[in-house]
Amino acid sequence: MLEHYLSLFIKSVFIENMALAFFLGMCTFLAVSKKVETAVGLGIAVVVVQTITMPVNNLLYRYVLREGALSWIGLPGVDLSFLGLICYIGVIAAMVQILEMALDKFVPKLYYALGIFLPLITVNCAILGGSLLMVERNYNFPESIVFGFGSGTGFALAIIALAGIREKMKYSNVPKGLRGLGITFITAGLMAIAFMLFSGIRL
Amino acid sequence: MSKLMKIVKTPIILENPIVFQVLGICSALAVTSKLETSIVMALAVTFVLTFSNLTISLIRKHIPGSIRIIVEMTIIASLVIIADQIIKAFAYNISRQLSVYVGLIITNCILMGRAEAFALHNPPLDSLLDGLGNGLGYSLVLLIVGFFRELIGSGELLGMQVLPVNTEGGWYYPNGLFLLPASAFFLIGILIWVLRALWPKPGQED
Repeated sequence: MLEHYLSLFIKSVFIENMALAFFLGMCTFLAVSKKVETAVGLGIAVVVVQTITMPVNNLLYRYVLREGALSWIGLPGVDLSFLGLICYIGVIAAMVQILEMALDKFVPKLYYALGIFLPLITVNCAILGGSLLMVERNYNFPESIVFGFGSGTGFALAIIALAGIREKMKYSNVPKGLRGLGITFITAGLMAIAFMLFSGIRL
Repeated sequence: MSKLMKIVKTPIILENPIVFQVLGICSALAVTSKLETSIVMALAVTFVLTFSNLTISLIRKHIPGSIRIIVEMTIIASLVIIADQIIKAFAYNISRQLSVYVGLIITNCILMGRAEAFALHNPPLDSLLDGLGNGLGYSLVLLIVGFFRELIGSGELLGMQVLPVNTEGGWYYPNGLFLLPASAFFLIGILIWVLRALWPKPGQED
């Protein structure tokens, strides 16, 4: 049993890395990876939000949205799954807002460290994409917690690694038009190829 | 008239949302392994972008500033659900291939970016055209990347054999690297290089 969750975790961190295998959260991935320090802040925020929203969306899907899910209040024939997208994004936006208020109240230090990144996470595709993948694969509740934590960790790992490479790259002589975004794309491409090494691993 | 044409034309190349504004990259990478999926995705994004810009611009004077992001998200999400249902109804196989990426149009930064930067401050017609122009600019990049990836990766275009591949006695050895998502990074990187070298802009090097 424990083995199953452990392999799901390893799979979501390395083999199915959100950023480098599924290309989710690319805008943030490329825009916020200029410095390792900010990348760490964003990474932590993604892990926290992902771990909270994924189980909530899982419950929402299992007990409200999917076909026959409303049978517990006597409506067995209702299928609300077409409302999925709007509900998940609502949950994510609300969770981010609550987390922001809670941090502001109880851990102001972390709140100021994360700064602008928390609200930005609402529109990070890695969060919504994670929820959609979770629904598509029909994970159960404990699996969704592990998957949420794992995929968040994977994203954090990738963005911190890219930020490290970009910091070193300041000292290299890049052709003029390629500087900035262009070379970042190519670096991320090479990183994605490196991460493909994991794809042969069967767990 | 020429002003309206300009609103449509500028974002296609000179202000291209992917290349110069760095918006909406996720889906550009993930769905472009075939030309067919790229076309469907490009159409869906252009549709949602055009109408979300129009709707937001129509009600821009009634949206309170503090909750505008939620209002924008709701409008965009509703339009994406419409697009998602249409694709599922008329092109089911393609909707399977696109998997979660149609839903992810909601978090495509082009939509929020254009809503915030343009639709909130401009009249409906201008916003509609701005949405159309940005949608076309996004489509252009998607089609270029999808074209090269399918052609080089499998020697096909839209599922039809263009280059005779070696497994069927032809001369062309397909380059499997281009079917992998990583190649989209290289293609877009090179595209950015070409466009930025041709039309250099200040402040693009950071």
